[in-house]
Amino acid sequence: MAEVEARRNLVLSGLEPLIITPESVFVNVGERTNVTGSRKFLRLIKEEKYDEALSIAKEQVEGGAQIIDINMDEGMLDGEYAMVKFLNLIAAEPDIARVPIMIDSSKWHIIEAGLKVVQGKSVVNSISLKEGEEQFIHHAQLIKRYGAAAIVMAFDEVGQADNYERRVEICKRSYDILVNKVGFPPQDIIFDLNIFPVATGMEEHRLNALDFFRGTEWVRANLPHAHISGGVSNVSFSFRGNDVVREAMHSVFLYHAIKAGMTMGIVNPEMLTIYDDIPKDLLEYVEDVILDRRDDATERLLDFAESVKGEGKTTEKAIQEWRSGTFQERITHALVKGIDQFIEEDVEEARLAATKPIEVIEINLMAGMNVVGDLFGSGKMFLPQVVKSARVMKKAVAYLLPFIEASKQAGDKEGNGKILLATVKGDVHDIGKNIVGVVLACNNYEIIDLGVMVAPEKIIAEAIAHNVDIIGLSGLITPSLDEMVFLAKELDKRDIQIPVMIGGATTSRAHTAVKIAPQYRATAVHVNDASRAVTVAGNLLDQNKDTYKNGIREEYDAFRETFLSRTREKNFLTIEDARQNKFPIDWNEFTPVQPKVIGKQVVEVSLDELVPYIDWTPFFQTWELHGKYPAILTDEVVGEQATSVFADAQAMLKVILEEKKLQAKGIYGIFPANQVNDDDIQLYDESGKEIEKFLTLRQQSQKTKGAPNIALSDFIAPKESGKVDYMGAFCVTTGFGVDEWADEYRDNLDDYNSIMVKALADRFAEAFAEYLHEKVRKEFWGYAADEHLTNEELIKESYKGIRPAPGYPACPDHLEKPTIWKLLNIEKEIGVTLTESMAMWPASSVSGYYFGNPQSRYFGLGKIKEDQVKDYAKRRNISDELATKWLNPNIAD
Amino acid sequence: MPNSIQEEIKKRILVLDGAMGTMLQRYNFSEEDFRGERFKDFPHSLKGNNDLLSLTQPKAIAEVHAAYYEAGADIVETNTFSGTTIGMADYHMEDLVYELNYESAKIARQVADEFTAKNPDKPRFVAGSIGPTNRTASMSPDVNDPGYRAVTFDDLRIAYKQQVEALMDGGCDLLLVETIFDTLNAKAALFAIEEVKEERGIDIPIMVSGTITDASGRTLSGQTVEAFLISVSHIPLLSVGFNCALGADLLKPYLQTLSQNTSFNVSAHPNAGLPNAFGEYDETPEQTQALIREYLEDGLVNILGGCCGTTPDHIRLMAEAAKDYKPRVSTAVM
Repeated sequence: MAEVEARRNLVLSGLEPLIITPESVFVNVGERTNVTGSRKFLRLIKEEKYDEALSIAKEQVEGGAQIIDINMDEGMLDGEYAMVKFLNLIAAEPDIARVPIMIDSSKWHIIEAGLKVVQGKSVVNSISLKEGEEQFIHHAQLIKRYGAAAIVMAFDEVGQADNYERRVEICKRSYDILVNKVGFPPQDIIFDLNIFPVATGMEEHRLNALDFFRGTEWVRANLPHAHISGGVSNVSFSFRGNDVVREAMHSVFLYHAIKAGMTMGIVNPEMLTIYDDIPKDLLEYVEDVILDRRDDATERLLDFAESVKGEGKTTEKAIQEWRSGTFQERITHALVKGIDQFIEEDVEEARLAATKPIEVIEINLMAGMNVVGDLFGSGKMFLPQVVKSARVMKKAVAYLLPFIEASKQAGDKEGNGKILLATVKGDVHDIGKNIVGVVLACNNYEIIDLGVMVAPEKIIAEAIAHNVDIIGLSGLITPSLDEMVFLAKELDKRDIQIPVMIGGATTSRAHTAVKIAPQYRATAVHVNDASRAVTVAGNLLDQNKDTYKNGIREEYDAFRETFLSRTREKNFLTIEDARQNKFPIDWNEFTPVQPKVIGKQVVEVSLDELVPYIDWTPFFQTWELHGKYPAILTDEVVGEQATSVFADAQAMLKVILEEKKLQAKGIYGIFPANQVNDDDIQLYDESGKEIEKFLTLRQQSQKTKGAPNIALSDFIAPKESGKVDYMGAFCVTTGFGVDEWADEYRDNLDDYNSIMVKALADRFAEAFAEYLHEKVRKEFWGYAADEHLTNEELIKESYKGIRPAPGYPACPDHLEKPTIWKLLNIEKEIGVTLTESMAMWPASSVSGYYFGNPQSRYFGLGKIKEDQVKDYAKRRNISDELATKWLNPNIAD
Repeated sequence: MPNSIQEEIKKRILVLDGAMGTMLQRYNFSEEDFRGERFKDFPHSLKGNNDLLSLTQPKAIAEVHAAYYEAGADIVETNTFSGTTIGMADYHMEDLVYELNYESAKIARQVADEFTAKNPDKPRFVAGSIGPTNRTASMSPDVNDPGYRAVTFDDLRIAYKQQVEALMDGGCDLLLVETIFDTLNAKAALFAIEEVKEERGIDIPIMVSGTITDASGRTLSGQTVEAFLISVSHIPLLSVGFNCALGADLLKPYLQTLSQNTSFNVSAHPNAGLPNAFGEYDETPEQTQALIREYLEDGLVNILGGCCGTTPDHIRLMAEAAKDYKPRVSTAVM
């Protein structure tokens, strides 16, 4: 037995086995079927082009991947659906299914859904102590029962392990829990020890590779049978653009990591050279860096890198060098790099050389902006860089304007076209619209920005008055979708032919094709991100525009047809039957926790207290940089930009905190409550008198056996139970003064910081909501104090209770907001108001309900049927038509 | 002594019974016989629902079990191959699933106890038979829609859990997850068994037996022998093996691969050769015995038995041959 004990291999399977022994060569994990790492794969999954997505998986296996990593974590995707669908399709492709699957997600429910559809022994990527021991154990037990191995991140409640000692500490603790408490087979534990970049120029990163090797050696020596994995390309991050050096770094890193005991990893085989083929001198410089052998190792490698590949790297020497070019070269450089320091003197030089001042814009600046446009279009520049370029451009134009007017030859400025932009009636969100405006302006379009909450009549009148070439409509909340449909109808009624571009978070190609395009005889086209806006506008206005427009029309017609007849068949229950299948809670077993305070309470908090609650990932999404914080900072593709935007955000954050630029105001209330008539929640005052009623909506699609049809009201004890339950509501804002401050920047030609202000205010509002929820759980309501008393197995979220917001998936009905406003007297207490589309003003505000029941959880309502709409109209005491209008996005076709 | 099978299997090669269906065919039961008194007015046809015979013809079931014990079997399988809500849906008998399994287990238990009482040196065991159901969780029944699934892991897990609870309540000594043509189905069964074990705080030995469909050497769901083995080895098993589809001769190479690679005990209960043009099995007990002797010579197995077409005579000759050999000792490291 002793010998057997000493030789426990990690064995995995697809249709065929993969046996990893101590003698195995390095196991290569395919990385391209990952939506967070591959834009192409993400696009294919989003567009449900699964056939093409499968061919990516197939290519990887053919290319030598021994395991394929599959990740569907993206905000706009139904990750569970995509994971299950893709894995089911893979199961039908023996060429792919022969290798084991790595089910990769940060969400447990997606991992579990994946585990339920693979017959082989797969690898879960990943679990960690990040959310605490209890959840770690629970997940490990289930993984064991499903029959999978697990990647365990060197991550705990405190954070990610970034030095040798922390790696040892976390791995030891994780291993002991897994092996001793869970009985997890030690050979099925694969530690991801976090590979961080070296040669970043920062002192604290010098040991990053060495610490990884030491950590690996320690794990192999002290934690029997456990394996080591990691994402290798991170290590060479600071040499982005210099593939010769990067490839060498990967090979050197792997050479030493494998010697130390690393057994598998995510590596792009195309970014790897053979260790022995690395030229002697390069090898020496790279090893100096990786192994931290000299104090000047980084500088020496940098210098050498210049000689291996002259372009790309900007050393200080190079920075001085660009100032010695021609003024055109300097202007282009300034625009591409977003440097405004010298732009006025360079433009002045150009002006003196030009016959007319306008030529500087038309020739010199446009030449630079064309380079920017090309780089952006080909994915080599990212949005924050482009916005910075725009800042330089604006400064240059502002400098030139007086000269142009003086020469009195203005008016002959030929732009690419005029574009009207507006956030539609009832909606106050404009970050995305502003970004599009900047990007288009950079490309020589004249922008007429009507701002937010623009009535349709005004949009039409201004469009005619300015004789614009394109109308761009933006919106973030769901009622804005209807506004856009309405506007399309109005334009059509007046025989207007101006093409309309549709954009914003809730808009989609599907909605544009199915709901807007049929209402408008001229062109309506969806633009899914700012980077696409330039191309689309160009296509709409160039000489082949008719072909393009017809193409769009045909594409949307075809899409609409397949969409309407699509076979993702759904059966629905009647609302009565759905109510019979409500979320089961044993109310006899349930004792509601009485809140410390009943009634409403205004909350003020200093911004400093909110900072730790900020979730940065959505901040990067605002800038169209996709990836999870903090990993995004070292991301292969967008890492450099993310780091730079983040640094700018930190600088502004400092100003916000020091100068108290924003003000956090909030209110919450907790009230006695009972579920009545299945789907309603009655709220009472302390004497038991009804004061308000919340109306909830119930899932109606046919569920798999045993799964309930949930409504939020299911989480509140019904009146018949005889128990008094509680629920809460809240509204927080950090938005007052934001618009004024953002406009100040804008007036100073600094759109970049104008957008930054709004993006940060949004983050603060979300952080405030998170902060207040915690206070409510722990103190104001206090139900989280006895967390350990409840059924452990039901705790899947890291905390108990939820805070769903009207307008979001669990409760898409915006008409609930006025009820919350009345209940808490929000307008009077903190000044936040509602527009006619029920958007909150100021925009950086969050409102919602509190449910404290430990079984309460987030869900998506999905589609509902006519019978529920009618029933709802009756309960809301409004007409069927009005109810249909408000619930439209959720009504099944 | 429910777990004494763990002791017995160290001492000798254990013998499993042969086919239940083949034996029941000899009774030539009619539709009325299948229905019995209790289901005479049942609105759907019941002929062919062999599991139902545990309720309507319990004597016949007990006789078959007794015939196999008489022939020298150490273990008989309960008459519950299709005993899940999924399998019983074809007969509209989902509501009877618990009772079918419970009663089937009790019949086998009683016969086993009688034989053990007669000869305490040879304790007899009852294995709860858990079939694959008639649906597959990792394949689509619709060639035009490869992503579709007619059954999900959770459907199977819930159905199997009910079957397992009833089999355990009825007194089974061990559970046999068998004729696995889709490993994902088997994983759902194993998941369900683990749940029941945890809820009840008890252990029960598990046999797992896959089916290699043809000369491709793979399961119907496409896995090789090793991949199959790896995919079910996360649960501690009494044994892993193969049954059905092939006769002892064609099964041998796959059994060898399995035996080399697992540290669990190995079981085999092959068919009596391949069926002839009329779907009958012609391999005689003597022929089977000769093929089985090769297994024994090579030290491939710990548990031996028969599947389709095998009879008490086949089992008798297998048991006689097995007596002369020592059980397989694992040298595998997996």
